[in-house]
Amino acid sequence: MNSGSTLRAMRPTFIFAAIGIVFMLFAPQVLALFTIINLTTAIALAILALSLALVWGYGGILCFGQVAFFGLGAYAYTIGAINFGGSTWAILLAVAVAAAFAAVVGYFMFYGRVSDVYLGVITLTVTLILYSLIRRTSGPEYKIGNALLGGFNGVGSPPLNLPWNARAFLFPEQVFYVAMAALILAYVFAGWLVTTHFGRVCVAIRENETRAELLGYDARAYKLGIFTISAGIAGLAGVFFCNGVGRVTPDVFGLYNAALTIIWVIVGGRGTLIGPIIATFGLFYLTASLGGQQTLNNNLVLGIILIVFVLLVPRGLAPTIADWFTQGRRGRVGAERAARRARRRAGAAEGGK
Amino acid sequence: MKKRAAETVVETRGLCMHFGGVRAVDQVDFALEDRELRCLIGPNGAGKSTFFKCLTGQLTPTAGEITIRGTPVAGAQSHEIASLGVGIKTQVPNVFDGLTAEENIWLSARRWHGGARARTLTAETIERLRLGEIRRSLVGRLAHGQRQWVELGMVVAAEPWLVLLDEPAAGMTHEETARTAELILEINRTAALIVVEHDMQFIRMISRRVTLFHEGRILMEDTMDAISSDRRAREVYLGHRA
Repeated sequence: MNSGSTLRAMRPTFIFAAIGIVFMLFAPQVLALFTIINLTTAIALAILALSLALVWGYGGILCFGQVAFFGLGAYAYTIGAINFGGSTWAILLAVAVAAAFAAVVGYFMFYGRVSDVYLGVITLTVTLILYSLIRRTSGPEYKIGNALLGGFNGVGSPPLNLPWNARAFLFPEQVFYVAMAALILAYVFAGWLVTTHFGRVCVAIRENETRAELLGYDARAYKLGIFTISAGIAGLAGVFFCNGVGRVTPDVFGLYNAALTIIWVIVGGRGTLIGPIIATFGLFYLTASLGGQQTLNNNLVLGIILIVFVLLVPRGLAPTIADWFTQGRRGRVGAERAARRARRRAGAAEGGK
Repeated sequence: MKKRAAETVVETRGLCMHFGGVRAVDQVDFALEDRELRCLIGPNGAGKSTFFKCLTGQLTPTAGEITIRGTPVAGAQSHEIASLGVGIKTQVPNVFDGLTAEENIWLSARRWHGGARARTLTAETIERLRLGEIRRSLVGRLAHGQRQWVELGMVVAAEPWLVLLDEPAAGMTHEETARTAELILEINRTAALIVVEHDMQFIRMISRRVTLFHEGRILMEDTMDAISSDRRAREVYLGHRA
């Protein structure tokens, strides 16, 4: 694809990114600080949803344990920041640890030609293993450098600081800016990636792995590639999550979070990047507002939403809405054309008289 | 140096593919020369599709050797065989249903060429196969014959020097079949071909040399005319038709 058509293909991505930038600039002016801190957590989860949207929606790989990389990112950041005494390298460490772990797990899965269902099972199992492992690290002997792992209580995460001054910690409001910028950048990066040759081959493999192989593409390498990249993005999400919450606990690896990630992508729509992001914000706020009352159980509502979507909107929000738009436009153009034809015919008839 | 006219490009020696006790392919010695167009025929279960799948890396043979231009490929992955410059079309249309016809062909062209060349090659292929009208349609929504053509387009766009086609005319109308035959002869100008086919009329349109499979072995190898007049061949295959 040449640069002109890449830009054309990415136009919707840029539009949503621009909306994101406007939101980033204006939200802190109008929203309360408490909401902004909460938003940072939601942004982190949105980055996590984006990573699954990439690997599942485009790569066709149902990774049930995307939170494994998310949690590893959060732990790697926290441990790194405590030991390095600054956050900059810790962020890179978080992304690298998540991606490297995915590369190792992915190597065995993809080069071992593990089929789709087992892939989901394996990734989920890996997540739950990490959950049990990290829960058992409560003793003083479980220490990495200066960081006590703390078992199920977790570790307090140092906030982000300025890259050139490790003592200049960012205020929650500033962390919000960084998180939002990271979300926008990750979104544009993912949007660009799917227009590249690599991204298009990944989509082709999702559509028909045999055909892709018969064209000479090594499906295993492409799957491993997109799996690793998406894990890196999930690791980045972990960084902002523990920044938003202020600590990291084994719950990041929990079944609840693993399932929630899948729900965001199903509701938002596979095959789009913006859908799962918006669905994450929507469901995050729904859960937050439900948390304030006692009549309805939170999980019950989430379950109902999932069932409704699977049954009634199986493709998710974004693809369904995009369809309405194109159909509406086509319908309008068609109607105009028909009207013009009718007019012409009427004109011809009059001329014939 | 000028290439010898009769270079062997595909060769199998003692190729066997057994499924439990079933000898789907049994001790097959086969050779294809450069620029040759060879048809594989045989009754159902004769082993020609299994043989084809061994050649394309979809099955790992139980025993025996396969070489493509001197490279041993028995048990190689499909993408490795394709990477030798082999274009493959399988029996069941294997296409990217959720993508447009154009994207399907581009993915094939782009595997071997840079961005600009891949784009022109895609456009040329679309023109050559007369897919212009459907190029923006999702392949999953096309008719069966059109899907076959998109797949042929993918094979052609890679500019292969060896083409393996499994039932390329299956489910096509007469007109489509005739055009497919034309295309195969055109491909043959630059590439060697192995075509597995059931449709006798189609084979008569394209065939030079035909290999007849029977019970996992090669029964005979000759022109279509010679095979149709051979008593043994008529018994195993053509008897109930003629």
